[in-house]
Amino acid sequence: MSLESQIQNNGVIVAKLDDLLNWARLSSMWPISFGIACCAIEMMGAMAANYDLDRLGVFPRPSPRQSDVMIIAGTVTFKMADRIRKLYEQMPEPKYVISMGSCSNCGGPYWQHGYHVVKGVDRVIPVDVYVQGCPPRPEALIGAFLELQKKIEKESLLGEQLFNQKA
Amino acid sequence: MDDPGQLSEYGKILIIILIGIFLVAMTIMAARLLSVNKPTPQKLSTYECGEDAVGSSWVQFNPRFYVIALIFLLFDVELIFIFPWATVFGQAEYIAADGRWGWFTLIEMALFVGILIIGLIFVWVKGDLEWVKPIHQRPHVKVNIPSTAYDMLNQATYQLRNHREDLQEEAVIAKSDIVSASPKVAFKPRFKKPGATS
Repeated sequence: MSLESQIQNNGVIVAKLDDLLNWARLSSMWPISFGIACCAIEMMGAMAANYDLDRLGVFPRPSPRQSDVMIIAGTVTFKMADRIRKLYEQMPEPKYVISMGSCSNCGGPYWQHGYHVVKGVDRVIPVDVYVQGCPPRPEALIGAFLELQKKIEKESLLGEQLFNQKA
Repeated sequence: MDDPGQLSEYGKILIIILIGIFLVAMTIMAARLLSVNKPTPQKLSTYECGEDAVGSSWVQFNPRFYVIALIFLLFDVELIFIFPWATVFGQAEYIAADGRWGWFTLIEMALFVGILIIGLIFVWVKGDLEWVKPIHQRPHVKVNIPSTAYDMLNQATYQLRNHREDLQEEAVIAKSDIVSASPKVAFKPRFKKPGATS
């Protein structure tokens, strides 16, 4: 019985602590609020009233200290790559990255002649979910968060944290 | 209420405080236990929107800001006192009841403001309101030796050795060294002719 159905049935939850933690984490994925290029407009659209990512618990934070997810929304230039790496380092674990749009996936329209563009943000930081599109629609970003939720659901944070000696 | 087994109203507040402390402590302990803690130098560095922080935030700060702020605060508080004084003590009913009441309140407030104004005059005279203090007094010691006593020493001309001569000579030597120094070959390969002995 999944956590959602338990909550809807009687409000009493019987779960492993790992599941409870994962449920809490996937219900409040806070992205660090920064957009690099035009994909950020779609990201803002996804967070604003029409698509309302807040109903999934996605709420942009102004500091990497408070955020769980980093949305790379736009063209990653070489100048920006250092900053992205630094911001990623400053986020607390566990942290996730959504690469949004063709530019951050693989360089996009700059894949061949863009002298200034990193050919994919996954050369700088590890990426969990790729969103295709140029730019992707807000639905695609919401889909990425749903995919990330599935990923978080399978993780075992306590196993790493408390019993890492066995692993 | 006399029964010691019963809780007084303060006892209930005490229990509420204890439960509050317990809940907060438990939350912090659970977070400490469950959260992932992997500090790295990059993670602990100052957040400056991805930029590297330059310099230290422990800068020196002019202490005269505090003097100005203190004086400002003093008269700010004074103003806050004057407002309720004007509305409460200046009520027409009180003054109508006794004519001396108005004079009494007026003199009281004049005393209060007067003391503060004396303080302001003190600060003003001391020159603390000027950002650049106008009077800088140099300590002066009276000695009976006239200033002309040193004239002979001051006006005399002295033979000075040109201390740069040594440096110039060294520079010349160094230059000649560079010119004369030919690149030394550390290792010269010798080729033995095939068939030659030794």
